[in-house]
Amino acid sequence: MDGDVTPFAEPDDSGRFGRFGGRFVPETLIPALAELEAAFRDAWADKAFRDELDGLLRDYAGRPSPVTECERLSELIGVRVLLKREDLNHTGSHKINNVLGQALLARRMGKQRVIAETGAGQHGVATATAAALLGQECVVYMGDVDMERQALNVFRMRLLGAEVRPASTGSRTLKDAVNEAMRDWVASVETTHYCLGSVMGPHPYPWMVRELHRVIGDEAREQCRAILGGADPDVVVACVGGGSNAAGIFSGFGSIAGTELWGAEPAGGAAVGHGVPGIVHGMKSFLLQDEWGQVTEAESISAGLDYPGVGPEHAFLADIGRARYEAVGDDEVLDAFATLSRTEGIIPALESAHALALVLRSREELAGKTVLVNLSGRGDKDVQQVSDLFGPDAGRDRGLR
Amino acid sequence: MTEPAGIGHGRLEAHLRAARDAGRKLLVPYITGGITTGWVDLLHAAALAGADAIEVGIPFSDPVMDGPTIQAASLQALERGTTPASILSDLRAGAAELDVPLVVMTYVNVPFRMGARRFAAELVEAGVSGVILPDVPLEELDEWSPAGDAAGLETVMLASPISPDDRLAALCARSRGFVYGVGLLGVTGERSAVGERTALLAKRLKAITDLPVVMGFGVSTPEQAAQIAADADGVVVGSALVREVLDGADPEAVGHFVADLRAGLDAN
Repeated sequence: MDGDVTPFAEPDDSGRFGRFGGRFVPETLIPALAELEAAFRDAWADKAFRDELDGLLRDYAGRPSPVTECERLSELIGVRVLLKREDLNHTGSHKINNVLGQALLARRMGKQRVIAETGAGQHGVATATAAALLGQECVVYMGDVDMERQALNVFRMRLLGAEVRPASTGSRTLKDAVNEAMRDWVASVETTHYCLGSVMGPHPYPWMVRELHRVIGDEAREQCRAILGGADPDVVVACVGGGSNAAGIFSGFGSIAGTELWGAEPAGGAAVGHGVPGIVHGMKSFLLQDEWGQVTEAESISAGLDYPGVGPEHAFLADIGRARYEAVGDDEVLDAFATLSRTEGIIPALESAHALALVLRSREELAGKTVLVNLSGRGDKDVQQVSDLFGPDAGRDRGLR
Repeated sequence: MTEPAGIGHGRLEAHLRAARDAGRKLLVPYITGGITTGWVDLLHAAALAGADAIEVGIPFSDPVMDGPTIQAASLQALERGTTPASILSDLRAGAAELDVPLVVMTYVNVPFRMGARRFAAELVEAGVSGVILPDVPLEELDEWSPAGDAAGLETVMLASPISPDDRLAALCARSRGFVYGVGLLGVTGERSAVGERTALLAKRLKAITDLPVVMGFGVSTPEQAAQIAADADGVVVGSALVREVLDGADPEAVGHFVADLRAGLDAN
């Protein structure tokens, strides 16, 4: 059964990638998901839609994002490191790729209101941005713990004309923001599009969001070949919370057998690492939960990765062994954050620093190889938090002066 | 539409049909399992006060179809250490003499984690007749129904105001016990008034099925219950009752609350 789905192709008719995925939602959302699937299929095959999206990605978001060769870091660790610079996109992360596509799709479906969930605030900011651009009403749900951690992003969203509503139940982080967004959507589905921010949730989202991020991998493959004299990187590394930036960059290399795909999960939210299947937020995937199926809280220094589940396609890729997922601890992440900043002059998002931390940890295994890291976002939003986390040594114990 | 082979019509449906066919409007109160220490006493009080079946919630950490009241009740129960096992154990110990059928409402990850077959077997052992899983639409029934059907449990399907006609027909064909009409777009919770969608959906369901049609979501007062039941066979009352319990209602107060709903339904 697992063999019916090729990696990075469409899921099967029931929205499954192998044994994962599906559409576990209330009856009220079934017609909306069917409508969304049909609308996306139609739009994705429509040259006019693709041209409009490509135009926005180019002229508004700044694509293509470059690939940067990290000479000083490479020399330091003995691994050739290339960075796919999603941090240079408008709004500071890869999230803009997905939201521009979904916002155009919402308009095409005649839905004037968009809602979103956000963890670190990157997807919320991106959604608010796209909604401002297209003149759509926008409501973003955010756990109130995250609103505190990322107060500046809350203001950014409001500045962009969005309303930010706190999710005040449960762990009051990303998973609860998803719950609140789904509750809103169940009540507003006739006029509202739910702009889901990762490769998760009910079918067609995991597939649709991956397709909207595929541009990352497609660009990166060609850019790497230009840099590497036609060769492909040995390993592609990305951080994985829900897994959208990883899905985007992996999809460009899925058919290249010689390129390994590595996902870096936060140690406190390693859904694939724990390997226990569950069903929440409309999908079957790996899920952090207790022995009774109550979803447990993910904990990491990066709000954007604080998600107890993972996109179903990642669970599938882990199942079939096409991708490998490893957990990275907060301390390693802070080291990676400081290391990239001082060696390359690039401050990474804490999320992206997870991918770098996995490379730094694996430097012996990777010695002499070429690694492409998806630098999914920039770290400006995290500087204050990292300054606090560095504590009294102010990073001097991590190579800063 | 033909019925899937081998799925029986059980005690829940027989009980509700008999009451309905005798001219009675059906009353199905909802109580969150484990909400208080003596929560099973609340079931007895509800039964004595005129409930025709009782819905018992097994709390889940992420109840996306529930509004603030049931969320708070779920959290209170979970914080008390409530588990599916503790609820079923309480039912085995204290609900055997209940003369109304019980329907468990929970989210799919609870049976999935325990294993659908074990979950089904334990429900039957605890005297439960039916199951409601709001995040399992027709398309995903295979996750649950092979186990539930084999154990003889009646799986109640939910119908939405925006389900197209062909889906309503399929839902009614597949539903057992009763068909649960969700009378609005949104989550559970009290509403100040009954919207137009409720009657419309009730009428659409009554036109295509002989199953008992029970409407829920937003049914808060005896007057609303009576109004909605005019077009349906009965009502589920959840949040309004659970709020009373959260505010400290004892079995006697719960009995009064349910009796008032009963009187509202009987007055028509």
